[in-house]
Amino acid sequence: MEQIPILKVGRCLLVSIQIDMHDKLALALQDDLTQRLVETRARGVLIDISALDLVDSFIGRMLSNIAAMARVLDAQTVVVGMRPQVAITLVELGLTLTGIQTALDVDRGLALVNRLIDAEGDDGAGGAH
Amino acid sequence: MAVSSISRTLDLTDKHHARLLTSWLESQVAAGSLRSGQIREDELKHQSQRFLQEFIDGLKSGDVDDITGASWNGARELLGEFSRSRALQGFTPSETATFIFSLKEPLFSLMREELKGNAQQLGEAIWTATKLIDKLGLYTAEIYQQNRDEIIKRQAHELLELSTPVVQLWDKVLALPLIGTLDSERTQTVMENLLNHIVKSGAEIAIIDITGVPTVDTLVAQHLIKTVSAARLMGADCIISGIRPQIAQTIVHLGLQLDVVSKATMADAFALALKRTGQFIGRVAAKPA
Repeated sequence: MEQIPILKVGRCLLVSIQIDMHDKLALALQDDLTQRLVETRARGVLIDISALDLVDSFIGRMLSNIAAMARVLDAQTVVVGMRPQVAITLVELGLTLTGIQTALDVDRGLALVNRLIDAEGDDGAGGAH
Repeated sequence: MAVSSISRTLDLTDKHHARLLTSWLESQVAAGSLRSGQIREDELKHQSQRFLQEFIDGLKSGDVDDITGASWNGARELLGEFSRSRALQGFTPSETATFIFSLKEPLFSLMREELKGNAQQLGEAIWTATKLIDKLGLYTAEIYQQNRDEIIKRQAHELLELSTPVVQLWDKVLALPLIGTLDSERTQTVMENLLNHIVKSGAEIAIIDITGVPTVDTLVAQHLIKTVSAARLMGADCIISGIRPQIAQTIVHLGLQLDVVSKATMADAFALALKRTGQFIGRVAAKPA
């Protein structure tokens, strides 16, 4: 079965979605990601959707869910690399993904996550490294 | 009855081809076809000659009730070509229609001469010819209108492109000065343009300046919000600037929630953008003398 790789980069987990999402895959991703968040005590999640040229309400909800789950596990979620066409479609659909941070690319996303984590003050993952 | 009047018309036009052409040209000139200087005399003559030939060919088919038929293909093509070129050259509709309608006078006077003393036949022939020429004239006007519509459509499109520039103000800062009313089609273009520029330049802040937007109603506000949301999804923040006092009042009266940082002037917005992106512009200290 297909699997979406989750990479640890510094204090963050990087998820790059490059294949079409469907129910099962989304559930598996949520499983894997929460698992890895607990294991690594990462403080941030970067979801790269630059390879997706179609984001529908299903993926929109999945992103919101992941962000909420990460929030519970004390991690910041940033969605990066959304294509202009995708952004327009989402806005037309009325999905503005409120509550999710966004950034133009992985670089900026990483910087943003680090800023958000620093803004929270405590570097909770300290003991794990 | 109709057949005899057609053959009579045909007979006349065929026999007096050259004379008809000359007097037709004269009446066109008299109607002012050359006055604007948009078409040269020899060109007009050439066009008239070609059309007259097609007109005669059409008459020969004997089918004068339906100019959409195959026998009038040549005439229709020519008329289409002429009115297209006239529409492009900026002729008025009446000037364009005059080309065909001015054929009536010489044709009728020719008929009067030839059919002198036979009022019955003359009446029939004139009726046939006038019906035919009216139809051709209407066809010309239609083609002219179509072409004008196309020109207007193209200009609207060009205007759309011209009126949505995205300007790079500074590193990571874009400006989008909006001029004119925002409708949904323009919003779409503006949005696409802005988002593509955000990707290309890696901007983090986009300043949307609405100084040139005459009124902000609920629809315009909704379009602005859409643009801001789309930019946010791409990871860029928006600042709306250029809100005139009147517009500020309107926004409040309408109870609109823009949910975005807004500034009165572009300068204020730019200062905020610089601050947010951690950049600074300062005055060079004067060197001590």
